[in-house]
Amino acid sequence: MRRVWLMLAVLAATPLWASTSDVYPFDSAAEQERFNNLITELRCPKCQNQNIADSNSPISKDMRDEVYRMMQDGATNEEVTNALVSRFGEFVRYKPRLEQRTWLLWATPVLAVLAGLLVVAGIVLRSRRAAAGSPGLSAEEKARAERILGKDSGSH
Amino acid sequence: MRRVLLFIPVLLAVTLGIVLFAGIGKDPNKLESALIGKPVPEFVLADLHNPEVQLGPEVFRGQVSLLNVWGTWCPACRDEHGDLVWLAEQQGIRIVGLNYKDERELALQWLDRLGDPYQVSLYDPRGELGFDLGVYGAPETYVIDPDGIVRYRHVGVVNEKVWREDLEPVVLKFREDS
Repeated sequence: MRRVWLMLAVLAATPLWASTSDVYPFDSAAEQERFNNLITELRCPKCQNQNIADSNSPISKDMRDEVYRMMQDGATNEEVTNALVSRFGEFVRYKPRLEQRTWLLWATPVLAVLAGLLVVAGIVLRSRRAAAGSPGLSAEEKARAERILGKDSGSH
Repeated sequence: MRRVLLFIPVLLAVTLGIVLFAGIGKDPNKLESALIGKPVPEFVLADLHNPEVQLGPEVFRGQVSLLNVWGTWCPACRDEHGDLVWLAEQQGIRIVGLNYKDERELALQWLDRLGDPYQVSLYDPRGELGFDLGVYGAPETYVIDPDGIVRYRHVGVVNEKVWREDLEPVVLKFREDS
């Protein structure tokens, strides 16, 4: 009997527990998706390796609420992000803006690829030059090579 | 001549070493405030001691103040409270308190029990001004100049060392300017 009561208690508790998670109702699925994208692109200042969608910290909840409130007021993604950046700093963007401080960060992949291309080009050029500069085979060696190759291909 | 090229890996390693070494000892949890050089955001908040009195950014006018964000739910705020009382009473520093996401009763009890270092106490139960300031972890302490411009933010506990090394130089600088 006690077990039944316990199970009933657990069942009764579930909806309560579920209702504590935040619900942000939207008119359309597109808006819902825009909201989800926005909160995954914004970073929690308190728990630094989480976005505000994943984080349970109170500040992340405040930030989600603000994103929701601004979206209900018809704000664009850019406006929402800027509003949070103006309070919490560039840190909250997972994608940093291109500016004086960050150009090197953005340029690094391109620079690395260019450097790699330079190295490859250098190696290719050098080996070509080495090949062109070598004396090649003498007439005697050529004759011998042809003999060997000819014999080899004939046997197949 | 080609031998010079052999030094490239060494140069790369040294550069990387310098870059990484510069990062040692930096606390990644300390973020620079986005409001440095900007005025304190507009707000209308009740006085903690007197719910009928509404306060705004004019509380920062006239002299350099510290703005201390605290709550009774915040253990680190308890740690720094004695140092704030010391700053207010022994050093004559003007401290504005922002009671953040707290309950008035608890906050008043706390100030009764531990001493009240705040010349002005703002009551922000929903964390509105805190949010506009970009507060992400109490306690936080800001230096506000006599024109109400945010000049510095310290995240974490204020103690004598933090005061001497970080806050006092900023306070003195803007006190002279005024």
